[in-house]
Amino acid sequence: MHRCRIFQLTPLNMVNISIKSMPLLANINKVIARRTFATSKAAATKQMTVRDALNSAMDEEMERDERVFIIGEEVAQYDGAYKVTRGLWKKYGDKRVIDTPITEMGFTGIATGAAMAGLRPICEFMTFNFAMQAIDQIINSAGKTFYMSAGRVNVPIVFRGPNGAAAGVAAQHSQCYGAWYAHCPGLKVVSPYNSEDCKGLLKAAIRDPDPVVFLENEILYGVQYTMSDQALSKDFVLPIGKAKIERPGKHVTIIAHSKAVETSLEAAKELAGKGIEAEVINLRSLRPLDFDAIAKSVSKTNHLISVEQGWPTCGIGSEILARIMESETFFHLDQPAIRITGADVPMPYAKTLEAAALPTPKDVVEAAKKLLKVK
Amino acid sequence: IRANNNILRINNVTSVLNRNLAIETQPFDVYNLDDSPKTSAELSKEDALRYFEQMSFIRKMETAIGKMYTKKIIRGFCHLYSGEEAISVGLNAIMRPQDTVITSYRCHAWTYLMGDGLQPVIAELLGKKSGCSRGKGGSMHMYVKNFYGGNGIVGAHVPLGTGVALAHQYKKDDGICTTLFGDGASNQGQVFEAYNIAKLLSLPVIYGIENNNYAMGTSVVRSSAMKELYKKGNYVPGIRLDGMDVLAVREACRFAFDYIKSGKGPIILEFLTYRYGGHSMSDPGTSYRTREEVEEVRKNRDPLKLLKDKVIGSGLVTEDELKQIDEKAKKAVKEATDKSVADTEIAAEEVAYDIYSNYKGKVKMVQWSKYLDHKNVGFKPINL
Repeated sequence: MHRCRIFQLTPLNMVNISIKSMPLLANINKVIARRTFATSKAAATKQMTVRDALNSAMDEEMERDERVFIIGEEVAQYDGAYKVTRGLWKKYGDKRVIDTPITEMGFTGIATGAAMAGLRPICEFMTFNFAMQAIDQIINSAGKTFYMSAGRVNVPIVFRGPNGAAAGVAAQHSQCYGAWYAHCPGLKVVSPYNSEDCKGLLKAAIRDPDPVVFLENEILYGVQYTMSDQALSKDFVLPIGKAKIERPGKHVTIIAHSKAVETSLEAAKELAGKGIEAEVINLRSLRPLDFDAIAKSVSKTNHLISVEQGWPTCGIGSEILARIMESETFFHLDQPAIRITGADVPMPYAKTLEAAALPTPKDVVEAAKKLLKVK
Repeated sequence: IRANNNILRINNVTSVLNRNLAIETQPFDVYNLDDSPKTSAELSKEDALRYFEQMSFIRKMETAIGKMYTKKIIRGFCHLYSGEEAISVGLNAIMRPQDTVITSYRCHAWTYLMGDGLQPVIAELLGKKSGCSRGKGGSMHMYVKNFYGGNGIVGAHVPLGTGVALAHQYKKDDGICTTLFGDGASNQGQVFEAYNIAKLLSLPVIYGIENNNYAMGTSVVRSSAMKELYKKGNYVPGIRLDGMDVLAVREACRFAFDYIKSGKGPIILEFLTYRYGGHSMSDPGTSYRTREEVEEVRKNRDPLKLLKDKVIGSGLVTEDELKQIDEKAKKAVKEATDKSVADTEIAAEEVAYDIYSNYKGKVKMVQWSKYLDHKNVGFKPINL
């Protein structure tokens, strides 16, 4: 799948939209004049897949810091189960790209111990579903040790791999763990969307002296995105804990992470055709969660939709809505904040059922129209 | 009978030249190995006094801790090492500055041996700011340089220690990591996963099984289909020895270190030992074993007594010298205890500090609108 992500804004239709303060006309010039890319403003110089962005992030960091190494199943001689580590074993050898047996609990503990002793491991899980076997090491060993040692032993490890639903892999291979890991103090949790996100945030995660859970998305691995010159540089690092406004808007704030950002952007495109300018925020990180960005946006748009692929119960959307309730931002809402999530079911196999279990752009569009009372 | 340049035989002890004692240990059980640790251990007066002092300090410290626990000034879990001292002292005698250790929650002795003495241990248990984790870790989470805790989850630290060994190999720093765990932990799946990778990569790790015969209330006979724990590594060679004899421990560790230095990969040491106390302070330790059994070990196998008998009997050391050490230990424990009791806890705001080594932001507190700024006020992280 090679798609270019370019969003073009059409002139607004003046439909019956409830707008709080700013007159539309004042903003139309600004809005039409800007040809908005899904990535940074600089002129597009290269298309890169998410897979290659991750690969180059790891390559650059391994070159920069000798302590960085990769450990996981099939990461070396197989070039990576999803080819994300392609070429790295050939370049760096056995010492720095280590194939493991299928023993998650064991190799995750080993990677964590190596981090405690001063190395910088990148521990790959073939998918985060298998990381459940190792979750004690991730949370109890990696996440809590800094606190329990009163700052003496930090754990500079990255746990990465595909998270959430793929296509047709059914219940045991489709769970989203964003909420599980974001729940835990001591961990940092990143859930990137496009190539720029993946490169900048993975580099940041590797350089970070704390344990980072890096949740990728298998379906996005092959998608090409524009990479600015800046994003292509060897020192391109994005801050963990800061969200990005993927698409500015004014009528409704749509918050998403990972694949759901794509869903939201497609919904925003459709909504624009109906005169609704949605502001799409790409969370980028789940812990720390950039609530300031959310608050700032909602105080402008007065409407909030949280979109995620994970289950609704105690999910990321629940957390966002709870924080809105508890903060001054609540008083900026014209309508209750709502969530669009994966269905609260184990993932089925049959295609129609699977489609019914995950959010689509249509779901987001319908929700926005309903919120804004647009037909 | 005084040690001199003559050869004397007392029981199974032979006195040799240079006023060092040659002591015979029990023979070692070996598995998958062509040779065995030496049963003849050489002991200088200096070493004898040092081992006795270290074991005394540990014994007195653990006893005092037990008393404080019953007085409820130590809370939560508290797992005492009384009876098992010889393992830590014997291994510590072989370690070089670049070597590392990791163990379970029965960690007070190691924190003392590798850290700054008794006071940071006792203060930590009392939750005070001079504790080795500033009161934030407690009994099970004590860390000092080259000692990676102090770990609460049974068996989880075995892969961790294997990872520390991987780091030694990666950095080529000639270090060896000894990963200690109990008979209960030895059945954990992740232990076998660790053995597997350690063997595949020839990691410099010694797996030290402190077999005190009981995993909480479950004896080895009931927990382990195969009771010869030193053989369970299968492709990893193993040695079983008397863990109450500090010299046997030392010689076995010496052998294990040499084995690892020759690049042959991991090795298992099964120390047969005993804990006088229960699994923890919540366990009286008498429902699954008889008082007679405990008394029998105290009388006939106590590590301090075993060492004392050897060194006094041969005249290497006098009763008086050992008595002095006893007093020294008593005094040191009292001093450390008094100092710790007088110390205070860290301020309540510190609950929100030192969660991350790199985080500038807020931490949500209990009340719905209360946030504290995260700060770093503790120790400087070692892995920046």
